[in-house]
Amino acid sequence: MNDMNWVAVYPEILLLVLACVVALVDLFVTDPRRTPTYWLTQLSLAVVGAMHFAAMGNAPAEAMQGLLVVDPLSHLLSGVSALALIITLVYARPYAESREMLKGELFTLSLLALLGVNVMVASNNFLSIYLGLELMSLSLYALTALRRDHTISTEAAMKYFVLGALASGFLLYGLSMMYGATGSLSIPRVFEVISSGTVNKGVLVLGVVFVVAGLGFKLGAAPFHMWVPDVYQGAPTAATLLIGGAPKLAALGIALRLLVEGMLPLATDWQQMLLVMAVASLVVGNLAAIAQSNLKRMLAYSTISQMGFVVLGLASGVVNGQPDNHALNAYSSAMFYAITYVLTTLGSFGLIMLLARQGFESEQISDLAGLFKRSPWYALVMAIYMFSLTGIPPTVGFYGKLAVLQAMVTTGQSLYLWLAVVAVVLSLIGAFYYLRVVKVMFFDEPTDHAPLNAPADARLVMSLNGIAVLAFGLLPGGLLALCGQAVTRALAH
Amino acid sequence: MLLSLSIWLPIVCGGLLLALGRDNNAGAVRWMALVASVASFLVTLPLISGFDTSTAAMQFVENASWIERFNIHYHLGVDGISMWFVPLTAFISIIVVIAAWEVIETRVHQYMGAFLILSGLMIGVFCALDGMLFYVFFEATLIPMYIIIGVWGGPRRVYAAFKFFLYTLAGSLLMLIALLYLYSQSGSFEILDWHKLPLPMSAQSLLFFAFFAAFAVKVPMWPVHTWLPDAHVEAPTGGSVVLAAIMLKLGAYGFLRFSLPIAPDAARHYDWFIIGLSLIAVIYIGLVAMVQRDMKKLVAYSSVAHMGFVTLGFFIFNELGISGGLVQMISHGFVSGAMFLCIGVLYDRVHSREIADYGGVVNTMPKFAALAVFFGMANCGLPATAGFVGEWMVILGSVQHNFWIGLLAATALIFGAAYTLWMIKRVYFGAVTNDNVRNLTDINGREFLMLGVLAIATLYMGVYPKPFTDVMHPSVDALLKHVAVSKLQ
Repeated sequence: MNDMNWVAVYPEILLLVLACVVALVDLFVTDPRRTPTYWLTQLSLAVVGAMHFAAMGNAPAEAMQGLLVVDPLSHLLSGVSALALIITLVYARPYAESREMLKGELFTLSLLALLGVNVMVASNNFLSIYLGLELMSLSLYALTALRRDHTISTEAAMKYFVLGALASGFLLYGLSMMYGATGSLSIPRVFEVISSGTVNKGVLVLGVVFVVAGLGFKLGAAPFHMWVPDVYQGAPTAATLLIGGAPKLAALGIALRLLVEGMLPLATDWQQMLLVMAVASLVVGNLAAIAQSNLKRMLAYSTISQMGFVVLGLASGVVNGQPDNHALNAYSSAMFYAITYVLTTLGSFGLIMLLARQGFESEQISDLAGLFKRSPWYALVMAIYMFSLTGIPPTVGFYGKLAVLQAMVTTGQSLYLWLAVVAVVLSLIGAFYYLRVVKVMFFDEPTDHAPLNAPADARLVMSLNGIAVLAFGLLPGGLLALCGQAVTRALAH
Repeated sequence: MLLSLSIWLPIVCGGLLLALGRDNNAGAVRWMALVASVASFLVTLPLISGFDTSTAAMQFVENASWIERFNIHYHLGVDGISMWFVPLTAFISIIVVIAAWEVIETRVHQYMGAFLILSGLMIGVFCALDGMLFYVFFEATLIPMYIIIGVWGGPRRVYAAFKFFLYTLAGSLLMLIALLYLYSQSGSFEILDWHKLPLPMSAQSLLFFAFFAAFAVKVPMWPVHTWLPDAHVEAPTGGSVVLAAIMLKLGAYGFLRFSLPIAPDAARHYDWFIIGLSLIAVIYIGLVAMVQRDMKKLVAYSSVAHMGFVTLGFFIFNELGISGGLVQMISHGFVSGAMFLCIGVLYDRVHSREIADYGGVVNTMPKFAALAVFFGMANCGLPATAGFVGEWMVILGSVQHNFWIGLLAATALIFGAAYTLWMIKRVYFGAVTNDNVRNLTDINGREFLMLGVLAIATLYMGVYPKPFTDVMHPSVDALLKHVAVSKLQ
């Protein structure tokens, strides 16, 4: 317990050092394309990501005197986050360059945001959760505002900051109540105290309400979703992707740490709230997305509905207050869903960036018109993303839905069975707007005939991204097993 | 390996065409597509020759673990119910490739690629013995068809493509819940294990209607058939052929593979429901077909009516009914496919599907008219054509089951003859009334080939259906015995 265990947190330490190095090196870079900074950042991310994946097999260990716990769960989420950031930066570089955003700050802040994500998912203590959260959020606020003289971006950054700070406040308030009731900030200790049943349930439940509300904000689940459409639409697409990728995994990570590791005995209380949030997200996300003509805004509402599924997975873990293997199955379903969602989102927002040019954002759905005739391959890749978000096999999105629905049906409770029916009916409504994007790309005539013009590395990564969504759809077994192992080894008490 | 080859050969070839084809090598693409489809058909032939007609067990079985986490297997096999659909699907794909030869001029590689992929996926549906594998193939077929209708279709193609996709998806999502429920009860996705799984009546009823939602839309049964006329009318000729000949059969096949054996008590309990809907399809839709002005729409409605015969046959629970339904599925594959090809032949020349724009085609296209009239006769169920065998068996079966049902079903033959013959009369016979028809040229060798091959198949099946019924017999027998035993405890 009172051990620093530096070895376990080497990736985080390295990331911090490299973030500082990148910031320093960039001072001496005169190249407007920031080539040295860019490659140094990518190298750092690759090394950190590889360290996390390599450590996947290690036994769970505490570090930093119990503030952090390094287990397969944290390694998997951190590794995937690093990978997501690598992909994001590949897509973002040409986009940022033509919008005067390609500065050292972009790289340093991205690395710091990732550090925040890593700290969050490895947290074993309320304090480190909050520190990680703020490190990530503050970096992202600044990234959103990176285009300082662009009104809409600035407005989005402001909105993101105000609502994000409010959410952090909620979370902090809830955590302080938990601390007051249990007398400890350490998650395992909180779990023990709650399990012993000696604390006032009323205070705990009130604390849980605030914690869940804060998590809802961070996940972007209804009714705490208000910021999502505005920020996704207003932020420069590069920042949108940074917000929509790794932070979702981080939010899922702290949800697992707080709700499952810390407050499992209160599961019946937070599950009810999660179910309401999930259904609300599915309704709001799917219905509102139909009305959108802006692709980024539509994808924002789509995110809300997808988070509904993640939350459903989280909420179907504990049946009759008895956690068992089934619960772990449900949590790993939520995790699989979130990871595959991030993979798909990277591609779809990435394509928006690749289609954008100097002075042209390409963010209306109609801007995709006739993409099939301009660049058939990228139209096909985008169609794969859309079918994946809809949940049509053989794309990976189908297995996410399958895993979550399976967890719900396996509870054997009729409430969950009917909720599963509601979820599929709502995702049928969702199919309409995803199909509309495919329709615009394939069936409409193009307004301009220029093929997609992006650097070779971005095109290569876009192709690989699309192939990955399809390949994980044909052979999802490995990733499913990985998520299953990570959750089982990290959370089985 | 045979079934895997039948599934993946067309898919891989289709993928290669998509990757390698360009607009400037369309000629080579057509030949590649033809070679691929013929090769895909040839690999299915050993299924026919090697099929053991003495057993109801699954044959040519392949089984490998696919997704361990959910105990999902890559489990393939065919029995007497599914076997004929594998070569039929591959055969229709050849016809589609030939039919598109000169007609599709732009994006040939994408058109051919989409059809080859679709063909492999549909074969997968017929071969899958794992519930989730079945679902994956079943759903995946939506993607190429959606694109085929939307990209190469007619003026209202977007509406038709959306309607097709959303209708089918709506049904199959409920089936997904049903599959997951069965998994939660049995711990596996094996369809054959589900057949043996005892279930209470309440669960059986819910499962029955969940499967019904998926398959009734696909068949399609009245009143969820409305997507079909739209999809048929707007789809390119090849799309219509595949829809009518194969895709509708996926739904009917699902009834036999899932609804009947998994929920036999519910199936027997709600048989009046399906029989009622089938009779409405047969009679009411027959009347609707009669008043159509658009040839494609007429044939589309006639498809709904013919598929009504299939579902009727399945739910009267006797050997004649189920075998008759299966024979009807195959013969409808040949006949409706040929009918759509005939309309395609006319449409390519005149660019109209309105019956009123034709008249006296026989004077300018004698060879074509002879074939078209032949298929028209098969469509009304003339003896010695494939159309007769299935309908006759189903009617005979329904008379055994209940005389009045048999009588109502038999009226369909009259309506079928009425709308088909009336269309033939107005399109092919009479005096040449307008310049469209006057300038027609008779079919060329390619068109003669595709229609001729189908005519031979139709005639062969009408005269000598024994090879088909022999294959079906043991499996249908076993199915009936299985359904007769209650799964309630």
